[in-house]
Amino acid sequence: MSADQITNILLVGVGGQGIVLASEILSETCMLAGFDVKKNEVHGMSQRGGSVVSHVRYGKEVFSPIVPEGEGDILFGFELMETCRALSYLKPQGSVIANDLQIPPPSVLMGKELYPQNLSEIIKSHSADYILVDGQGLAMKAGNVKAANTVLLGAVSKKMNIEEDYWLKAIEKMVPSKAVDVNKSAFLLGRGI
Amino acid sequence: MMKEILSGNEAIARGAFEAGCLVASGYPGTPSTEILENTVQYADIDSSWAPNEKVALEVAIGASFGGARALCTMKHVGVNVAADPLFTLSYTGVNGGLVLIAADDPGMHSSQNEQDSRNYAKAAKIPMLEPADSEECKEFTRLAFEMSEQYDTPVIVRTGTRISHSKSVVEFGERITTLPIPKLVKNAAKLVMLPGNARVRHPLVEARMLKLSEDGVTMPINKIDIRNKKIGIITSGVCYNYLREVLPEASTLKLGMVHPLPYDLISKFADQVDQLYVLEELDPFIEEQVKGMGIAVRGKDLFSLCGELTPGIIHDAFYRTGLFPDLKSPFENAASDTKLPQRPPNMCPGCPHRGVFYALNKLKAYVTGDIGCYTLGFLPPLSAMDTCVCMGASIGMATGVTKVVSDEEKKKVVAVIGDSTFLHTGINGLMDMVYNQSPATVVILDNRITAMTGRQDNPASGFTLMDSPTVAIDFPMLCKSIGVKNIRVVNPFDLDETERVLNEEMNRSETSVIITNKPCVLVKREGVFQKEPPYTVSEEKCTGCRACLKIGCPAIEWRTSKDDVKKGKAHIDALLCTGCDVCRQLCKFEAIGGVN
Ligand SMILES: Cc1ncc(C[n+]2csc(CCOP(=O)(O)OP(=O)(O)O)c2C)c(N)n1
Repeated sequence: MSADQITNILLVGVGGQGIVLASEILSETCMLAGFDVKKNEVHGMSQRGGSVVSHVRYGKEVFSPIVPEGEGDILFGFELMETCRALSYLKPQGSVIANDLQIPPPSVLMGKELYPQNLSEIIKSHSADYILVDGQGLAMKAGNVKAANTVLLGAVSKKMNIEEDYWLKAIEKMVPSKAVDVNKSAFLLGRGI
Repeated sequence: MMKEILSGNEAIARGAFEAGCLVASGYPGTPSTEILENTVQYADIDSSWAPNEKVALEVAIGASFGGARALCTMKHVGVNVAADPLFTLSYTGVNGGLVLIAADDPGMHSSQNEQDSRNYAKAAKIPMLEPADSEECKEFTRLAFEMSEQYDTPVIVRTGTRISHSKSVVEFGERITTLPIPKLVKNAAKLVMLPGNARVRHPLVEARMLKLSEDGVTMPINKIDIRNKKIGIITSGVCYNYLREVLPEASTLKLGMVHPLPYDLISKFADQVDQLYVLEELDPFIEEQVKGMGIAVRGKDLFSLCGELTPGIIHDAFYRTGLFPDLKSPFENAASDTKLPQRPPNMCPGCPHRGVFYALNKLKAYVTGDIGCYTLGFLPPLSAMDTCVCMGASIGMATGVTKVVSDEEKKKVVAVIGDSTFLHTGINGLMDMVYNQSPATVVILDNRITAMTGRQDNPASGFTLMDSPTVAIDFPMLCKSIGVKNIRVVNPFDLDETERVLNEEMNRSETSVIITNKPCVLVKREGVFQKEPPYTVSEEKCTGCRACLKIGCPAIEWRTSKDDVKKGKAHIDALLCTGCDVCRQLCKFEAIGGVN
């Protein structure tokens, strides 16, 4: 079955976190490396601070643009609670790379609920391969807090069998020219984790 | 040729460009919006936002009659608005090719209903193509322009959320440069649809549809692939791609043209397979026609009429028939036991809509609502919207309610509508309200932009889609000319003023219009929105009374000292706060203030 040779990646977080750009760099990298690639995310209401899920799939030939539940190879979380919410997408052997960041949802902001404190434990119980990354901290080291997503992308890249060069080319193409250098070093920092 | 990863919408724009399209008109609506935002990059295409879908289609019709290839884009519910010209355009046919993009939203990711646009193709007798990925979006758009001219008909291309917003690899082609130059040509018998002429045109429409159905048998976009002969599945669009992964061995008839159906091709396919299925989202559009041909077929007995299909849903439905022993048992969702706080969308920090809903809530108004970012005023803690049906409906509904309720209750009725929505289909409602003397109050939330769909300009913004400065509609003057006597402009960040003016106008026994005058925080154009320095909360003065939480601003966080949710203090996120001042006005203890 062709589906077996497809790698399924989910990028999840909160509207406004730059998930779409990250998934675009990822897809571009896959295309440059010679793979067929499809990706999907729903725009619209979710961009007003709601949950965002972006699906990226690559392989020799990809038909569906969405990842079936239980088939995700990599869950790439930009925010902890959203990472946890998307766990049902993950395969039993799947990897989780999550940003160590908590963005309180409206009910928590309004003091109706507490932000859950046991998220890392929940994630661990679903995935033996779980890496928590200090995206913001490392991005600061690279020269700009805003490059946190690229740090995370670097960490994710280690789970994918694609040469470094394609990643750097994709970053050059997708990121505004004045931010390319910062993003490249952010990417390499993440890749070095 | 160059290859790029494009979304379905980007690919449609590219397809229109390659097809030599000269005019593109539409009205924003998820998931169609990015098509025109991408035709704009091609200087050869005149791209514009119309105030609504009916006008957008009429502009495209004019361009087509003038001899140009014209594209028109809208979301599925937009076709309802454009349906009047659409049905008669079917009779006139075209001069330059005319392609209408109808973008459906199965699953209602951002829509008020999930109507199936294929029914429009059938009802209006117009051919409809349905692409399955971005490459097909581009190719089918090109083809649709050719078919439009060849068969003298508008052609609808139906996309959906998962097609328009998915990205996949597309190979670029050249733009056609050999099309005739547009010019005025009179042809009243074809273009003036009075009964005498229309009676002549109608039989031509029927003949055209028959011919299309016959030609559909050999069109390369309708394709039979025989694999395992036991199972044959007729499908189209994104479902085809889901199916190829769920049941890669199944034989398929992939329909690129979903209306009219190529009946002879369907018979041929049915003859070659043992059990026939139709896999389609929403209505049993294909299934009913196949059944009408007297062919045994399964479809909606397996798949829901509601919501979108996914590879998982398709897999499980086929598994449950017990006829597919190779399918693994359905995925057990072990992770869903964890209960997490929801994360619904929210108005942005500094959104000018917030104060109005706070006041409406306080005044216990009955709010007939409309569609836009302000529909989020329905959510707690603002909780100040009582109805929402379709764009422009707020004003008509307010008139209707005031016809039937007691005089005391009439005073509670307020219609709330955004600038883009008011210009879309609200003006007619206001004319009726004044003409038929409803005492209701209308609030026009003028934030200078069509925010919900991603900041598109509209006739009140002062700029066109191609970014040239233009006339901006003057709302007070417009309302005055309709005959509204009581027109007030308020600063929605001033809570006292907003509440006072609302209260006065609600109590008036005449139609009144209140217009808010602060811009959307997302407007990027210089000089429109200005961020003020962020506010802070004084820890000493904050008593933890929670008054500031009642506006639901994402920049204000309730910080608990320990694990007790009830005890805590407010905190303002300096990165998110725009300094709109609304929360300061709610604090009785003067704990909130500007920096220094
Ligand atoms: C007939 C129709 N066309 C388009 C849409 C998509 N749509 C939803 S809200 C909206 C416009 C909102 O703009 P505005 O009224 O200015 O309010 P804002 O979002 O700026 O607050 C649009 C275009 C729709 N729901 N129905």
